[in-house]
Parts: sequence; structure tokens; C-alpha cells
Amino acid sequence: MEALILTIIATSIPLLLAAIGELIAEKSGILNLGVEGMMLSGAVGALGAVLWLENPYYGIIAGALSGVLMASIFSAFTINFMTNQVATGLGLTIFATGLTGLAGAPLVGKTIPSLPKIEIFLLSDIPLFGNILFKQDFVAYLSIAIIIFTSLFLKYSKSGIILRAVGDDHQSAHSVGYPVKKIRWYATCFGGMCAGIGGAYIPLVLTPHWSEGMTAGRGWIALALVVFASWIPWRIIVGALIFGGITIAQLVGQARGWAIPSQLLSMMPYIATIIALTMISGRLSKNNSVVPSSLGKPFFGSQ
Amino acid sequence: MITFIPRDKVSKNWIIIAPILSIFFTIFFGLLIFTFLGYNPLETLYQIFVSPFSRIDRISDILVKACPLIIIGTGLMLCFKSNVWNIGAEGQFIMGALLAGFIALSFPNIETKFFLLITILAGFVGGALWAFIPAILKTKLNVNEILVSLMLVYVAMLFIDFIVRGPLRDPMSFGFPLSKPYPEGALINKIPFPGIGFLGQLHYGILFVFLLVPVSWIFVNKTLGGFKINVLGSAPQAAKFAGFKRNSITITVLLLSGGLAGVAGVIEVSANIGQLQPEVSFDYGFTAIIVAFLGRLSPVGILFAGIIIATVKLGADNAQMTMGIPKVVTGLFEGILLFFLLTGETLQKYKIKWSEGKK
Amino acid sequence: MPKKELNILLKARKICKSFGNFVANQNIDISIAKGQIHALLGENGAGKSTLVKIFYGVLQPDSGSIEINNQKISITSPNIARKNGIGMVFQHFSLFPALTVAENILIALDNKIKFSEVVNKITKLSKEWELFIDPLKLVSELSVGEKQRVEIIRCLMQNPNLLIMDEPTSVLTPQEIKNLFKILKRLASSGCSILYISHKLEEIIELADKVTILKSGKSIETIDAKKTTTNFLAEKMVGKKITQLKKNIKTNSKNIAFEVKNLNKQKDHEFGISLTNINLQVNYGEILGVAGIAGNGQVELMEILSGEINCKNNDQILLDKLPIGKANINERRKLGIETIPEERTFHATVPNLTLSENTFLTYFFKYSNTKSWITNLLNNPQNSLDESKTIVKNNDVRCPETNPLASQLSGGNLQKFILGRSLANNPKVAIFSQPTWGVDIGAATAIRQKLLDLSQSGKAVILISQDLEEIFELSDKICVINEGFLSEIFDVREITATDVGLLMGGKNRENQKMDPIK
Repeated sequence: MEALILTIIATSIPLLLAAIGELIAEKSGILNLGVEGMMLSGAVGALGAVLWLENPYYGIIAGALSGVLMASIFSAFTINFMTNQVATGLGLTIFATGLTGLAGAPLVGKTIPSLPKIEIFLLSDIPLFGNILFKQDFVAYLSIAIIIFTSLFLKYSKSGIILRAVGDDHQSAHSVGYPVKKIRWYATCFGGMCAGIGGAYIPLVLTPHWSEGMTAGRGWIALALVVFASWIPWRIIVGALIFGGITIAQLVGQARGWAIPSQLLSMMPYIATIIALTMISGRLSKNNSVVPSSLGKPFFGSQ
Repeated sequence: MITFIPRDKVSKNWIIIAPILSIFFTIFFGLLIFTFLGYNPLETLYQIFVSPFSRIDRISDILVKACPLIIIGTGLMLCFKSNVWNIGAEGQFIMGALLAGFIALSFPNIETKFFLLITILAGFVGGALWAFIPAILKTKLNVNEILVSLMLVYVAMLFIDFIVRGPLRDPMSFGFPLSKPYPEGALINKIPFPGIGFLGQLHYGILFVFLLVPVSWIFVNKTLGGFKINVLGSAPQAAKFAGFKRNSITITVLLLSGGLAGVAGVIEVSANIGQLQPEVSFDYGFTAIIVAFLGRLSPVGILFAGIIIATVKLGADNAQMTMGIPKVVTGLFEGILLFFLLTGETLQKYKIKWSEGKK
Repeated sequence: MPKKELNILLKARKICKSFGNFVANQNIDISIAKGQIHALLGENGAGKSTLVKIFYGVLQPDSGSIEINNQKISITSPNIARKNGIGMVFQHFSLFPALTVAENILIALDNKIKFSEVVNKITKLSKEWELFIDPLKLVSELSVGEKQRVEIIRCLMQNPNLLIMDEPTSVLTPQEIKNLFKILKRLASSGCSILYISHKLEEIIELADKVTILKSGKSIETIDAKKTTTNFLAEKMVGKKITQLKKNIKTNSKNIAFEVKNLNKQKDHEFGISLTNINLQVNYGEILGVAGIAGNGQVELMEILSGEINCKNNDQILLDKLPIGKANINERRKLGIETIPEERTFHATVPNLTLSENTFLTYFFKYSNTKSWITNLLNNPQNSLDESKTIVKNNDVRCPETNPLASQLSGGNLQKFILGRSLANNPKVAIFSQPTWGVDIGAATAIRQKLLDLSQSGKAVILISQDLEEIFELSDKICVINEGFLSEIFDVREITATDVGLLMGGKNRENQKMDPIK
């Protein structure tokens, strides 16, 4: 049972990281559909770095940097050249699929060491949940820290309020004197960093070798998670765990030889995403103040 | 500092220049990346962009590859024009092929080619039904069509995998995940040219493209339906003022694009594969998104764009065989191309003014 | 060394600014004295907003210099403007609906300050200046007048030396305007200069000490506001004599043309307004003016009158006593009801389509019906080419080329086209929302004359406008919309502007109106 919960947590961490990063970007008014691409780059970056430097921690850094690089490309086009965010995000994912396929080709067949678990002194000895909560790897702790940080940041810090203001009405933010484009650059790059680390987590912990398109739609599910969470950070934890649970449930089902064909079980996370989106969207359309008003709209500067 | 100044009128030349410039920039940056990753840039350039033209049968293979891209791209054009983001054409392609395959395999002895009309219709219905899911969710419950249509791609991929490994598997396939071969009536033949024989894989399916391009041109430019789509995409409020119904337009374009993707699936399988297998699409549904944009959301543009992108795809196949470059690399070119095309769109509406930063 | 002028707060010299080929400001000179209320007068598009955005650092001038307290400075951002004691209240507000009042104010403060302190200060200031506001409310829940209070308090938090107000009264009731003027005069007497932008002449004479008149991006003249008349200002502003409207005496018919009965409509999104028990009727040969501050349900009312949204019951709207509530917008057009929405671009027209395509937009159904199936199938904008030419010719729409894009026309010319497109259908009932909003005086006069002519030729007209002057000038009967409620209908001779103002503030619905916090 404990092993099962640990796997569920591990499965949900990439989703959680990618989703919280995208949440920040969306709060600033940027809809980045390139999450899948940024995660892929994070994964390949991490694999390359670990194989080269032989230390899994460099994988985290490399993953973050790869994600930021991809997010910068996206920012340059959507923010500075005011291109359509939906199409550019798609383009980023297509681009990253090609780029990672190319960069990952030499890595095929090589395996990397896993990210070590860190036991927190004494706490990890607590019976029942000690091992689950306090014997995790660095990224797991990091992702919880990021959720707490973004929660507090958005709610209480002046910068957080400014970020929300930019996403709410960029023209007003500009009139009040805030550099809309710069703030959006930062938010998007933060999103890229989180997605990159999330992507890195996949080879570092889940499957320790490269295969093309190894994120398998996690980036898209992360996008759906943001909607599911109604742009509230802590709800992403809940959503990510549910999706982690569904993914693991179908794996367990396959292993135990349930009578349902494995492909139909594998569909579950995707179908669950559609169902979750449907349930939330009905409510959102009545209460649309949680959706950042400027989301997806290009900012042209003053005229 | 760069500032953008709105143009009050779109320059006509730019509409043609922008895609050409984009292609040049894409090649330049693509080669830069290849060099950086340690591949020989000139050989890559040759393999990807020149080798597909090196023999006449290869040129006809370009048309074969372009065929599904143009068909799907035309459908996506209708969606994107009306600001509906169907990115699940890949799934609609699969479901179209699957439903048509099911019909074809239900009549194992049929020989008349008129049967193709039925399988193509079945393909249209299969794709349209798959697109109907995001359509109904978007119009009734305001669910984002991007995520739903994309999730359904994964579902469709798993579903066809299940079908050809399970219910429709040919018992004589020695354990391979393959269906029985299609009956003669469900196959699209290659075109024989008198005195030459066959040109590569060139098949009669290409006729559908020659029919589709003019029909879609007339629809977009000369009918009320095309006008409605255009107005809804540029000014939804104005569409309301004109009494155009947003939801029915949204559903229509999704059904049409899903249906066309399904037809593309039927043609691809009936002409090139002849039976169902787990992999029937080779990213056609995603690549067609690029085709639609490169073609500037116009039917004639999409015809040319389909041919250009098909060339790159074939070139990538060649590069994989001769140089060992993974063929997903086409994505690299497609992505960069899309970036520059979109930038071109901005520059069409805005003039750039360079001014010295005053700080 | 130029001589120091001690009482001058802000002095601008030769300010130039252009957008592409459009010159917004050309060599503008202005100097604002300390503690003075200085008005900036000009038509729409005269360059007023551009000039003050330059002063507030939102825009950068192409050339020219600005001095504050005899010190030359360059205001590269609003932060620098605020550091130099300049505050601004924007015409369309620069507030964030999803944030609370206090959050809105906090992020416009440049010094470090705690949230709780901001809340306290807001409470204190709002008492001191009688600008009542709840600091913890979301801005999206505020009325337009309250939003303006937030903007003013936001400026007062910084103890400004210069307060810029861009057309502040266009969103206020006459009573609220009086209060605002009191506050502004009190501010000025405490030493704060005020730059007051308006195109309303009476206001300027009542409020300002000095007035600078702008016309086509140039400053025409600065004069003493206390020693001038509205006529003099008007002629300076327009540059020619204003043609008076021709209003013939007419006999109103007693035939009811158009009627709305007990109409209710729930708002369909959070920032919308619910319509509550709407009743109105308009006779042939009559103009019914619907006054009200923008955002009180005019958009929602327009949607339902036009048929963009249908009524629940067919008999909630009657035309010639026949129920048409469930007829859609094109069926209503065929019955002779023409509407013009408030937004000219993106609603009444599509900017990136040509005029003939925009004509087709509301004419398309005329070309189908009786013809053969092939013409029906190929019903396209080509069909309306001739009609669009006629509209352009008959309505003096000035185009840069034949059949231009709608985006190539100026606001006034586009509105003339839209009006012409509707009137060419010879409607029985015409319903227009803010038809002269944002157009120059010449075009506005022409449009107003068209409405008068229309009613004199026996048509029924409903005019929804937030311009009270316009309402009184044109209407035979007046009613007021406030938060989705419509007042009863008054004869124009039986009601004063003050009464209408009270209705605009919601005075007949005491129980509905929320009390300001004490």
C-alpha cells in the first residue's frame, strides 16, 4: 500500500510542477500551449546532463534551463512579436518534439541513475506516513515548496498582486506604469522552468532512459489541471494526485490482469481529463472572474 | 527599442512574400541547429529539400504524401478561420479510417469500386462523430475544444490499437496486430500511365484533392456559409448582429473538419496500406495544422503548402535512411516555420519602427 | 537662462507626437499654474488624451520638453510622473476588476507600505473627501461612479501637485458631477493644480480658471475661463459656426409603434446587468430618449430590442400590436425594425472587411428567397456592391478609395455609413445606441439631424444615449435606465435635467441602492 501511494505521488509530481508553472503564466495573461514541448526539452536536457556529468542533481538544473529556453522562444514570439498564443504554443510543442527527437537520438539505450531519496531526520520515522511524506526526493520537496510559495506570492505579495493585475487588464497595468511585457516574460519563463523540472523528473525518477515523446501528453493534462484547479494553486495538488492515481490504477490493473483490455485502461487519464474539464467548465462559465480576463490576448503597447 | 505601428491597409505583396521569407528563415535556422548538433548541414539540406525531387516517381510520392495533408488542412482552415481550435485532426483521421475499415471488412467479397463511395462516407462520418464530442462540449458546456480534441487523439490511438489487436485482428496474421486485407472494392488503385506504368505510389485518391480545392475555394469566397465563418472569426459580436448563429457555425466547422480528416484517413489506408494496423497516421493530423497556416488559411495556399510540407516529410525519410537523422526532425522545421509565419502575420498588420532607446 | 516663473507648476514646450501618419500633437505649448484648475478643451480626436498621457508618462513625445517647477524632466513612465507629484484619473479607468479596491490602490503606490496601512489610509481619505468606498470590495462589483472614486483616492494617496482628469463627467449623473466639482475646487484651493479635460463647454466655464483649446492636434489659444462664453469656446473649438438643428413643430401621433411589456432577463455573465421588468412604448413620429450612465444595462437592453437575443415570450415585444418577441434579428429587420449597436467596429461592422462586405452583413437575406437555387447557393458579398455604393453616396461617407475596408474610415464617416445602411431599409422603428459617441461635432450634428428628420417623417425612434444634452435636444419623451431598471416615461416638457439626473443615480429605487459606508 505504501509503495502504491509512493508511486502515485511520483507520477503526479511532473503534472503538479508543469501545472503550477502554467498557472503563473496564465495568471499574467499568457496561455502557453507549449507545456508538452517544454517538458520534453526538460526530459532530454536532464538525460543529457546526467549522462555527461554523472550527477542526477545536474539533471534538475539542466531540465529547468531547457524549459526556460523553450519558454523564452515562446515569449519572444508571443510577447514581442505579438503572435497568436494558441498557434505559437502548438508550434512550440511541434518544434520541441522535433528538436528533442534529434537531440535524444544519441541517448537512446542509455540508462541514468535515479534521483536519491532524502530522509528528513526523525520525521521519516513517524509510523504510517513518515516514509510517504518525509522520505522523498529533492524535487518532491521542491514542488511542494513551489506550490506554497506561489500561493502566498499571488495572494499576499505586491509583486503577486501586480502579476494578477497584468493578467486582469494589461492596458490598465500599462497605464499605471507596469512593464507588461517584462512581467509576462518572467511569468512565462517561470512556467518554463517548472515544466522543465517536471519533464526532468520523468527520466530522473520514473523511466530512466530516453524514448521519443516520452512525456506522453502529460503537458496537455497539466494544462487541463490548471482549469480543473480554477487557477487556485493548492487545488493543483488535489488534481495532480487524482490523475496520478488514475494512471497508477490502470497500470496496476494491467499488471493484475484485469479483464479489461490494457488499451482501454490506458485511455483512463485522457478520458478523466475530458470529464474533469467538462465538470469544471460548466461552473466556470457562470463565474468567470477566476479566469484571467486578458488570457491569450496579445498586448500591443500604448496607442 | 522596437515599436509597432498599425497599418491601415494590408499590403497585397506581403501576403505572398511573407510565406516565402518564412521558408528561407526556417531553412537558415534549421541548418544552424543541425550544425550545432554535429550534422553536415549541406548534406541535410540536400536530403531534405532536394532529394525528393531527384526522380519522377519521388515527385509523385510527394503528391501522395501531400494528399492527406491538403484534405485535413482544408478542414482545419474552416475551423481556424472561425477561431475554433480543433487540434485533434489526428484522432479524427484515425476514427475515420477505423469506421471505414470496419465497413470494408464487413463485406469481404465486394469488388465494385462504387463501394468506395460508402467507405469514404463512413470515413467522413467516423471523423465527424469524433469531432462532434468537442463540438457539443464547447457549444453546450463551454469546454475548451483545444484540450478535448487533443485528449481524444490519445484515446483514438489507443482505441485503434485495441481494435487491431483484438476484435478485428486477422487470425492468419501470425500474431502481428493487423486486420484482414481490405476487399477489392475498398481499395484505391494506383494510376496507370500509358507507356510509363505507375508513377511511384500515385493513386486515384489524388482526384479527391483536385475536387476539394475548387469546391472549398467557392465555399469560402462565394457562399454565405464561407462569409459567416469569416465574420465569426474576425468579429463574433458582428456575427451576432448579422444574426449568424455562433454555435451552429462552430458545430458545422468542427464536423466538416473532422469529416475531412476522416476521409483523409480512408484514402490513406485504402490506397497505401490496404488493411488496418495500429499506426495508420504518421502525424498527418498535426502536420496539417502547419499546412493550414502556411497556406494562409486559403484553399489554394493550402494546396501549395501541402506539397511543400510533404516534400520536407519525404526528405526527412531520406535523411533518416542515409544519415540516420530521426525523422521526427520534420517537427523542428515545422515549428520554426510556424513561428515565422505567425510573425509574418503580425508584420502584415504592423510596421516596425526602430527608434533609439531613450533612457 | 529663461526667467524663473515661480507660480508655474508644469510647462510644456513644442510637444509633438504622431502615430504613423496621424499627427496627434503638433507643437503644443501649455503652462499650468499652481493651485489652478486648467481646462483642456477640444473635440474628439483633437489630441487632448494624447497630450495628458504624455504628461503622465504613458506615452513618450516625439519631441518637445516638459518642465516641472522650472526643472526640465523627461517623464518616461507613470512611476516617474507619480514621483513628480502627477496623478491621473483615466477616462476609461485603469482599474483591475478582479482585484479589491485596496489591492488596486496598493499596486499604484511606489513606496513600500503594508496592506493594512493602505486599508486604513483609504478609509481615512474617503471620510476626509466624502468619497465613500469599501476598500475590501472587488472593483468589478462597483458602480461606475464608485470606480471613479477609487481612481481619485488612488491619486490622493500620493499627495499630488497636479491631478489630471480625462473627461471625468461622462460617466456621472448631474448630482455626482456637482460633488466632483466641489472636491476639485477644494483640492485646488489646497494648492493642487488640476488639468481638466472635457468637451463640455458649460462645465469648463463653471469649473475652470484657464482654458486651453486644442484643435486637430494644435493648441489654438489659452484664455481666461471666467471671462468667456460657451458660444465663443464652441466656435474656437470647432473652427467654424455650428449649424443649429432644425426642429420643426410636429404633431405626435397617438399610434403606438413599438412596445415592450414586462421584460425580464437574467444576466448571462458575472459582469453583466440583469434587466428587471422593462416596460416602454414609442409612438410613430416620436423620439424616445433612454438616458443613463453607461454600464447600467444599455448593452443588454439593446441585445434584446434588436433581436440578437430573443425574448422568453413572444408577446413581450409588440410591433404594431403584433407580438414579435421571438423573432430573431433578421426577421425583425424584415418587419421594419433597424438597430445600431453602440460599438461601431467589431459589432456594427467588421473592420477588416470592405464596405460592400459590411453591407452584405445585414443585407444578405435580401438576395435569397425567390431566386433560383444556384443564386441562393452563391449568395456572396458581390451582391451588395451597388447598394454599398449608394449608401456611401447618399450619406456623404468620405472614403479614401472606392470600397475601402471599414477600418480605413474615420469614426464619424463609419457611423454615417452604418446609419445610412440601416435607413436605406426604410424602417418603421429605429433603435440607436450612442449614435454620436466619439464622433466629431460636424458628423454628430448631421447624425442628430437625421434622427429628427426620421421622426418628422413619421417613424418611431428610440435613442439610447448617455449624453444628457443630446437626449433633451432630440427627444419627445424621456425615460432613464439604471442598474437594469427602466423608469416610467416622461414627456420632455414635464421633466428637468435634475430629475433625470436623480433617476440616473437610482433615486426612485431607494431600497435597491446600496448605502455608501459611513
